[in-house]
Amino acid sequence: MFSLYARRRLTNTLNLAASYLTMAFGLFWLSWILFTLLKYGLGGINLAMFTQMTPPPGSDGGLLNAIVGSLMMALAGTLIGTPVGILAGIYLAEYGSRGWLAPATRFINDILLSAPSIVIGLFVYEVVVASTKHFSGWAGALALSLIVIPVVVRTTENMLRLVPDTMREAAAALGAPQTKVIMQVTLRASKAGVITGILLAIARISGETAPLLFTALNNQFWSLDMNQPLANLPVVIFQFAMSPYDDWHNLAWAGALLITASVLGLNILARTMFHQKNSQF
Amino acid sequence: MTPDTPTKISIRDLNFYYGKFLALKNINLDIAQNKVTAFIGPSGCGKSTLLRTLNRMYQLYPGQRAEGQILLDGDNVLDAKQDLNMLRAKVGMVFQKPTPFPMSIFDNIAFGVKLYENLGRREMEERVEWALRKAALWEEVKDKLQQSGNSLSGGQQQRLCIARGIAVKPEVVLLDEPCSALDPISTAHIEELINELKSEYTIVIVTHNMQQAARVSDYTAYMYLGDLIEFGDTDNIFTTPSQKATEDYITGKFG
Repeated sequence: MFSLYARRRLTNTLNLAASYLTMAFGLFWLSWILFTLLKYGLGGINLAMFTQMTPPPGSDGGLLNAIVGSLMMALAGTLIGTPVGILAGIYLAEYGSRGWLAPATRFINDILLSAPSIVIGLFVYEVVVASTKHFSGWAGALALSLIVIPVVVRTTENMLRLVPDTMREAAAALGAPQTKVIMQVTLRASKAGVITGILLAIARISGETAPLLFTALNNQFWSLDMNQPLANLPVVIFQFAMSPYDDWHNLAWAGALLITASVLGLNILARTMFHQKNSQF
Repeated sequence: MTPDTPTKISIRDLNFYYGKFLALKNINLDIAQNKVTAFIGPSGCGKSTLLRTLNRMYQLYPGQRAEGQILLDGDNVLDAKQDLNMLRAKVGMVFQKPTPFPMSIFDNIAFGVKLYENLGRREMEERVEWALRKAALWEEVKDKLQQSGNSLSGGQQQRLCIARGIAVKPEVVLLDEPCSALDPISTAHIEELINELKSEYTIVIVTHNMQQAARVSDYTAYMYLGDLIEFGDTDNIFTTPSQKATEDYITGKFG
């Protein structure tokens, strides 16, 4: 009996050690990436980065046009994608228990969720850029919204499913029609989770390069026109990092650090929002 | 089998199916107005299922269906033309686990009222107070109506759910094991409440606890495996049951 117990303890120790090792392995690369990013990027972060345009090689400049362009497209992409995502998520969670449409939608949504973003870029290129015959900020926003939708659909559905059926029954038992049950009870109960999903979707699109490369392209100059090619951080970073110029490299590092910091901030915000929910309502 | 008081609900030849499984077999039962009727029986006997046919709660789930007649004041509840939301406004329900909505105590009560009545602020405040007083909760929550319903204790939450149910002024209140998640003191509160409420409402209660059935109900139905074995005056059922099976159950020989 004792040997059985000793063996169990040994197995436990071994498995625990393996867990710690794999965690350390993952954290090692992550911290290396963050360390490198800080080492090269921190030096490039200064006021000029937020006030000046992307420069030609060899002269001073910043990333203002790219930052603003990225913000505009992320905002437009989120505004287009979020309502679609939330409505589809509601459909799947609240009405999707019967019929074939919901399982089919769920399946396609999962494919979309894991589709390489370059495919989405190519798709929007084919549908929008090729037919309008020019790159544009709107095309970029559309590509980003196609990335937002499946993320929001998935989180909205999952969060609504976490609401116990007893809550739906209790609301229905008062004579509430299904729309009221959804809008005032279940959606409200999962509000924090749904917002978390939106924040995570924004974090996801903030760093996407591939869908913008084929749609918004890039713009060296200051522009707020969504009908024209629009500068954006990921493509600028891509272009500058590929170049042979040192000052462009520095800006690319600084831009990469900026995106990473924003994504980190969004994730932290999403986490705190989600935790607050459980203590409040 | 028929009690000698006015009948509120008549159940006639009721069969209920979960998919292909027959869960209620040809039930015939009269529920008396302004009395407490208890359904007892071992787990899986169909007592909750029977309760959930009375407001057609089962309709939320595909594959569940009822056949037969349930006459509420003479109107067949199971009729396809029956407006479900209107039915549920008339036949309220309180569940096993307290389910406060994710909103303030005040809004929890106002939610149901707003669905069917257009009350001014003042009237709504009066209605909320009335319902909370009825549910013996007013004194405990009157200073924190804007707090979340989840901030209350389990027993208080269950009384909040009862208050929410009666705030819409239903005619029938269905209680599905309302005390099974509560401690003895909260249970005593709720039982007192049931006694007070029956002067105005017809109450149907499902319970696992036979002492509770004996304490609160006027009529008792004993069910087993989807059959209604015996129905009658609570005192008779508990002292001189006519069926051997009922006697075995209430004396604790099985179940």
